[in-house]
Amino acid sequence: MKLLIKNGRVIDPSQQLDESLDVLISDGKIAKCGKSIPQNDAQVIDASKKIVVPGLIDIHVHLREPGQEHKETIATGTLAAARGGFATMACMPNTIPVIDDEATIRFVANKTAAGGKTNVLVIASLTKKAKGEEIADFGELREAGAVALSDDAFPVMNSEVMRRAMEYAGMFDLPVITHCEDTHMTAEGSMNEGFTATVLGLRGMPAQAEIIMAARNIYLSELTGCRLHIAHVSTAGTVSLVRQAKKRGIRVTAETAPHYFTMTEESVRGYNVNAKMNPPLRSASDVEEIKKGIADGTIDCIASDHAPHTNLEKQVEFVFASFGVIGLETTLGIVLTKLVNEKVITLNEAIAMLTVNPARVLGIDSGTLKTGADANVTVIDPDKKWKVDVNQFASKGRNCPFDGWELTGAAHATIVRGTVVHCL
Amino acid sequence: MIWKRKDLLGIEDLTVEEIELILQTATSFKEVSTRVIKKVPALRGKTVVNLFFEPSTRTRTSFELAAKRLSADVVSIAVSTSSVVKGETLLDTAKTVQALGTDIVVVRHFCSGAPHILAKALPMGIVNAGDGMHEHPTQALLDMFTIKEKKGKIAGLKIVIVGDIAHSRVARSDIWGMTKMGAEVTVVGPATLMPAGIERLGVKICFRLEEALKNADVIYLLRIQKERLERNLLSSLEEYHDFFGVDTERLKIAKKGALVMHPGPMNRGIEIDSEVADSAQSVIDDQVTNGIAVRMAVLYLIDSAIEKGRRKAK
Repeated sequence: MKLLIKNGRVIDPSQQLDESLDVLISDGKIAKCGKSIPQNDAQVIDASKKIVVPGLIDIHVHLREPGQEHKETIATGTLAAARGGFATMACMPNTIPVIDDEATIRFVANKTAAGGKTNVLVIASLTKKAKGEEIADFGELREAGAVALSDDAFPVMNSEVMRRAMEYAGMFDLPVITHCEDTHMTAEGSMNEGFTATVLGLRGMPAQAEIIMAARNIYLSELTGCRLHIAHVSTAGTVSLVRQAKKRGIRVTAETAPHYFTMTEESVRGYNVNAKMNPPLRSASDVEEIKKGIADGTIDCIASDHAPHTNLEKQVEFVFASFGVIGLETTLGIVLTKLVNEKVITLNEAIAMLTVNPARVLGIDSGTLKTGADANVTVIDPDKKWKVDVNQFASKGRNCPFDGWELTGAAHATIVRGTVVHCL
Repeated sequence: MIWKRKDLLGIEDLTVEEIELILQTATSFKEVSTRVIKKVPALRGKTVVNLFFEPSTRTRTSFELAAKRLSADVVSIAVSTSSVVKGETLLDTAKTVQALGTDIVVVRHFCSGAPHILAKALPMGIVNAGDGMHEHPTQALLDMFTIKEKKGKIAGLKIVIVGDIAHSRVARSDIWGMTKMGAEVTVVGPATLMPAGIERLGVKICFRLEEALKNADVIYLLRIQKERLERNLLSSLEEYHDFFGVDTERLKIAKKGALVMHPGPMNRGIEIDSEVADSAQSVIDDQVTNGIAVRMAVLYLIDSAIEKGRRKAK
């Protein structure tokens, strides 16, 4: 089975490649990238006026399976990913049960093999049952396939537990992905602390709750040597800490999500539940600093933090509404429209943030079009204008803050290990 | 000035003209309450439901009497929090109320923004009778009515609001209303109970009661809740009283004849001393009396807007 992607502009930041080339795929691998590759017996995808890039990687997704299949399943979540141009995702362990042992990792792998459209990598829980008390069996988890460890959704409050977790994770060279939040400071909060929360009568979650924990985790990375990846950066303060830490040579990387560089806390007005996520939307100055962090390389990756919920869990009183928004089907469009077209970063930088950078964070041999690599490829139509309509989503979630937005740029085709899983 | 809103959700949304219209309408309804037969037929045949998700005696009773004096049929439903936990959504509960043929729902809810969900989804008139820490618009209206009645004006007065500003929907609605009407508002209380960015609402912040009380025309005291002790928002009720409680000595700092107000229920000996609560300067009972007239005005205006909408639809 051969596939030939013809006449596209091939951008592969892993090889500093940006030129008009054909990409030949054979037996699920990249056979070669070159000029005017003859068609022979290959099936052809015409990529003229399109951009051909390594299959996009979303480093932060909540797939909800096992345990919360009413919100999303591996089948629906990976289909949403494929439509959004993602060939690979890393799923978070806050499922039911928590992904903290080999059996649960195997379950995710089996479900992905049976009905998944894309590659699914597993981020395992940093602590047993995600209780923040006892560290999980990282050796077993790594051997079962876990690519990283995380406390997402349940931040580890005890610094001693975190220190030991990072010490032990470092031994296995597993990155620790942290959701930075001092949960004592955010108890019962439902949006950013500040004037808007005061006017709406909602309890606030101060930016400092994130910044303090980011600082703690950076210092623990310095102490332990463990690779630290800071999830969904939402504050100017965290950007600044990561920038300084990188200068000091600490092994820290960071991601942010589309809503943190496009929306502010003002979006909550009218008790908009689709503007409720954790960390919360912050102020306009935070948005500006995050864009600077994206532009100067302080922030390495853009992740969707796709967090599907049902309407029953979301369309309720604001304080009761679940935290989280979906993003697998909008992230690429938002990045192209709001970062590339608005000249915050170049197209090549944007592709790096969605391919080679997350691959490096996770230490995986992916996010590249090098000969012999798994044929994960995304073909982007940079000129396609479309309007976000949640009712057209493959995801089960409808909790999208970008509904109705006009975007330019979309995934034309998504290829996973040589198979076309999405094509417009 | 014609009233056009089918809902009253907060003072934030209102113009000065709308506030004045309500206060003016309330003046004529206040006269009704002084009659031997305290009733007018304005809402005859209409159904008003008080849907209360939070315990309340005074606000509920005030709305009940307001509706009754307008000749509406009125029912109060106390929805216990346990039935919320049992699973019925707010919207389903409200739809049930609508299916009963209700024209106006008066909602009290412990969640900020709850009445907004109903106002968006349902054609009934919605009156916010207090939502979480957000707004309590009829309280602010009756407060402004009382101040205007006693002082002849609101503009230019120095009003001091003392207490738990952070958790108070009364404070928020009063600040919106009083600043719109031209008063000079100062908020006083411990830093732990001062919400972020409150100065952007056009108020002064002060942490020393004595300083704030100088030249005050109105002293508005908020209820202090013991639960605040659990979160380290207060060190002790005794210390609160020492620094922020109003006694006769502190009352003397304010202007002669300054009004003492409280939304009730009072904690005597904590935010207000008995001598102050029972003094000639206290207008706390007037606030309660005026509450009925103001709520009659609100129900009447909302009903008139709904009726106009209906006639247009025909």
